[in-house]
Formats: sequence, C-alpha cells, structure tokens
Amino acid sequence: MSGAEVTRAGLRGERPGSEALFGNGMNGGPGGGPDGGPAGGRRRGAREAEFTSYYGRPVLKVPHWAATDIAGYLFLGGLAGAGSVLAAGAELTGRRGTARAMKLSSLGAVSLSAAALIHDLGRPERFLNMLRVFKPTSPMSIGSWLLVGYGPLAGAAAAADVTGRFPRAGRAAACGAAVFGPAVAAYTGVLIADTAVPAWHEGHRELPYLFTGSAAAAAAGMALLTGPLPENRPARRAAVLGTAAELAAMHALRRRTGMIAETYRQGTAGRLLRAAEVLGTAGAAGAALLSGRSRRAATLSGAALLAASVCTRFGLFHAGLASARDPKYTVEPQRSRPGGVGRTG
Amino acid sequence: MTTHEPHLLHGPEPDVADAGHPRPPERVGFFTDTSVCIGCKACEVACKEWNAVPEDGLDLTGMSYDNTGALGASSWRHVAFIEQDKPLGGQQTQPELRWLMASDVCKHCTHAACLDVCPTGSLFRTEFGTVVVQEDICNGCGYCVPACPYGVIEQREGDGRAWKCTLCYDRLGAGQEPACAKACPTESIQFGPLDDLREKAAARVEQLHATGVPDARLYGEDPADGVGGAGALFLLLDEPEVYGLPPDPVVTTRDLPAMWRHAGVAAAALLTGLAAVFAGGRR
Ligand code: SF4
Ligand code: SF4
Repeated sequence: MSGAEVTRAGLRGERPGSEALFGNGMNGGPGGGPDGGPAGGRRRGAREAEFTSYYGRPVLKVPHWAATDIAGYLFLGGLAGAGSVLAAGAELTGRRGTARAMKLSSLGAVSLSAAALIHDLGRPERFLNMLRVFKPTSPMSIGSWLLVGYGPLAGAAAAADVTGRFPRAGRAAACGAAVFGPAVAAYTGVLIADTAVPAWHEGHRELPYLFTGSAAAAAAGMALLTGPLPENRPARRAAVLGTAAELAAMHALRRRTGMIAETYRQGTAGRLLRAAEVLGTAGAAGAALLSGRSRRAATLSGAALLAASVCTRFGLFHAGLASARDPKYTVEPQRSRPGGVGRTG
Repeated sequence: MTTHEPHLLHGPEPDVADAGHPRPPERVGFFTDTSVCIGCKACEVACKEWNAVPEDGLDLTGMSYDNTGALGASSWRHVAFIEQDKPLGGQQTQPELRWLMASDVCKHCTHAACLDVCPTGSLFRTEFGTVVVQEDICNGCGYCVPACPYGVIEQREGDGRAWKCTLCYDRLGAGQEPACAKACPTESIQFGPLDDLREKAAARVEQLHATGVPDARLYGEDPADGVGGAGALFLLLDEPEVYGLPPDPVVTTRDLPAMWRHAGVAAAALLTGLAAVFAGGRR
C-alpha cells in the first residue's frame, strides 16, 4: 500500500504518518475527484435537508453569568442612568420632590448594580483588576470606568440634596451624573452585543436603543412611583417616549434577526418579553391618561413600567442563553450569511 | 469571502505579535490533520500531564468514544468521534461506515475575541502570536467565555477564573514543541511556524483530493476569514459543524465600532429625549 518494504537492513520506503493515504484513487480505482464523486453528491443531497451538529452540543459556551446578577445589572444600570437625567431636569425646573427621589433612586440603583457586577466575578476580591487597563475593545472595561466616573457623581448629588449642604456643588454633580447617566444606560447594550451569542450579537444595532428606551421607561416609572403628583408631567411624557422607543426597537430587532428571533418568542425569554410588552403598554397608557390626577394610577403605572423594564432585561438575557445553547442558531445563520461559506464540498 | 481594508479588529493581519513585542519570533501554530487521527487521545493526556490540568469529570457520554465532550476549562484538547454511514475512501463493504476523529484545540485566532473583550488585560498576545490567559490577573468576569466564537475558553468551577490552551507557552519559551504535538503518534497534530503549516496543509489537501477523498477540506487557514485566520488549522473530512465547529465564525469585535456608534446615538437620544419632556410650563 504505502510501498514500504521490510529488508534485511530494516524498513525501506516507509511513509511518515502524516502522509498516510486512503481513498478511491490510491488503488488505481475509479475514484471520485474533488468535483464530487458519488460520495460527494450524496452528501450534498442529504445535507441540504437536515441541519447537522456534534451530538446536538452547543458550538458556543453558554456564559456562566447568573441572571439576577447580570440581567439585574442591565436593569439597574439603566434605571440609574436615565434616572439621573430626570433628576437633573427636575432640579433645574424646580421639581424638588422628584429631584430628590430620583437622585436617591439612582444612587441606590448604581450601588446595587456595582454590587451585582462584583458578586458575579469568579474572583470578586480581584474587582480592582478591572481598573488595571483602559480598553476600548472591551465594553466591560469601558463600563467599569463609566461606573467609576458616574457613581461618585450620583452619590454626591444625592448626598448634597439630602443634607442640604453644598447646593451648588450638588447641582453640578447632578448635571454631571445626567451627562454620564445615558452613557451608562446605553453601554449595557454593547456589553451583551459584543459577544458571539447569536441573540445578542445579531441585535447589536438595536440593543443600545432598546436599552435606553427601557431605561427611560424605568426611570419614568420610578418618578411616577416616588415623585409628587403635581410634578409628574415630565415623567408621564418620558413613560410614553421610553416605551414607544423600546417597542419600536424590539420590533426592529425581531425583524432583523431572522431565524434567531425565535429565541425572543420561545420559552422563558418569550414569556418575559411578552409580559414586558403588556406591562409597558399598560404602564405608558396609565401614565399618559390617568396618572396626572390619580395617585393610585401613578403608583400602578410606575410599578408596571419598572416591572416591564425588568422583564425586558431578563427576557433578552434568557434569549441569549437559549440561542447559545442550541447549535442551530450558531450554524444556520453562518451558513446562510450573504457572502458567507454557504454549503461547500 | 469579502475583502476588507486592513483593520485592527478584523481581516488579514501579517504581524500579529507586533502589538508590544519588538522583533518577535515567527508566529507558530498547529496543523491538525484529522485524516490521520486514530482517536488515541494521547494529546488529551499529554496536555493534562504537562499543564497539570485538573480532572474534568469521569462520565460516559454515549457519544461514540468521546467521553470528554467538549473543550473547556479543564479540557484543552478534545478528540471528537463521529460515526457516519458513509463510505470511507474506496471502501466496498456493507454497511458503509466511517469513523471520523478530530482533535480540537483553541484556535489562537488572529483577531481573538476573548482577548479583545477581556477587561483586565489578563488575556494577552504572546511574542509567538498565541493567545494566553494570565491566571494571576484574571478576575473571573467571564466575559471572554461568550465572546469566543468557537466555545473554547471557560471558567473553571470552584476557581472562577478562565482557562484554555496556552499552546504550551512555557515549552515554546524553551524551544520545545507543545506537549500534544510531541505525543501525537501519527503526526495528526503538527506544530511549527504558521506559514509552513499553511503550505503543508495545502499540499496535504491536494494529495487527498488526488487519491479520491473529495471530502477533505481545510478549516481556519484563510487569513481573510472572520477571525483573520486561525493559528490552529485543521484538515477536516466533513462540514465543520459535524465536528462541533462553527462554519463561518466572525470575531464579534469586528462590529464593535458600529456598536459604539449606535450606543453614542442612543445615549444622546436618551439625554435629549428626557430633556425635552421638561419643555413647556410647570404643572
Ligand atoms: S478560539 Fe476562542 S479562546 Fe481561542 S483565541 Fe480564539 S477567541 Fe480566544
Ligand atoms: S474571565 Fe478572566 S480572562 Fe476572561 S475576560 Fe474576564 S478577566 Fe479576562
């Protein structure tokens, strides 16, 4: 076969293992060329019909992240960030009650979100390693630095308001937090999109808008829930605006992601995202129509909006896990990508 | 395959190690020729021994002879076994059967998503062009895990940090080849300068085509692919997904500039939108 001979002098003409031969052509048989013998033709036919995988195992590694930590982090970051904008707006337009409530809410949310992030580290005691480098290719690095900039501002704004000391500095801090806040809310979209997880990565255009919309709705909900009734007109408008943006972005996301959009509809993710839509729509309608006059309506609408935002974040989180777990969401879009590999062989 | 302008985040990249390494040695890698793999798992064992990788479960998976399952925190080489009712080469017997075996490993991507997204700088590019985790810096954020388009890197249970193949960084430093390549009895795993391996791989696939194995194809050899070409090439006998490999992986950070742009617009819209709701009189 390989032409090797055992002679008195030892083995002659042997072939290194890496050149071992097999196949139709090696015995001078007919052989199927590279352009497809019988085997090739059959394989193509069979392959078109069914999707193949390695024993149904995922191609990707499903992240080890805990839903409460990471989806919770996405929600809290949005609530804090958008809340700071509402706080500054309320402060500058003399809505003192809302301003204080939102400053406290943002401080609480950003503290909890940082705690969630640290809790989820495999080595929490090494959190400070996040600040070893500043790395624009790592959304998590950028996010850590954003939190380092934003957190103290949110804290100073709340502290100045509650203690009544350093009012000027407090106002400056509130305005600073309002500038950093939207970045905190928007970057979380990039955080999950910058992965190989199909339901997250393929939504990389829509996720930042989806998340800022959801953040605006959550902050509006918090303002309705905690702010005095006579001050809540901006919050009612923000509720409508945020929910509308979120619904529009979700619609675009579903349309653009093709077969991956299944993961937004099915299972836990599907239930959560449907709940988010219902709660968000109800909350926004309640905010727009009833919450100007009724305390109870404002409270209920606010709670619904907050719950909607929680459902959105957890829903997208679970959709990502589901899309990573099933190899078909990795393989099929790569196969059908325009300019991609197609079916070779 | 579409061609792109030279770019730091995707596309061909002639000098991977030029980031921070003055006068680096030649880029090295693996060529894993699965057509001569006999499924002995010597690579798995040698890797475990040399790198002191802990035990990763003693389960029977029912997946042919594969009881490792997949690459992971404590499996840096993984031999896949695939049983198919297709003929192998010139086989004449009934039923037709072929048994594919392939030793998988970290691809040491030219554009490595794991490295790009690591927030601590724990993952880095060595002077050999390989991708290595520094375990004293990794804080276990787990971001590299879903970033890898091949599902290679993983956090270790109970340890929290991320682990993967180092391409035997310590052995390379001492002028030795990696433990798996050293142990492979059939030269299915070949180690060397990446340019040489690409040539060898092209010659081998041609040889197999000529002897009537039209299924033979290369995987990861194209510098214009979604990860800028892998540092570990493969010769496969079926579609990549049959072996659990993604058919056309793309480094996620290729789209990162677009993501930051959209995030910037979204943040600006949030700020102006929420400023606008305060317009008009007080009520
Ligand atoms: S295969 Fe995955 S773990 Fe290995 S270098 Fe590429 S991205 Fe990183
Ligand atoms: S788990 Fe470790 S290696 Fe992976 S991205 Fe986080 S710090 Fe980097």
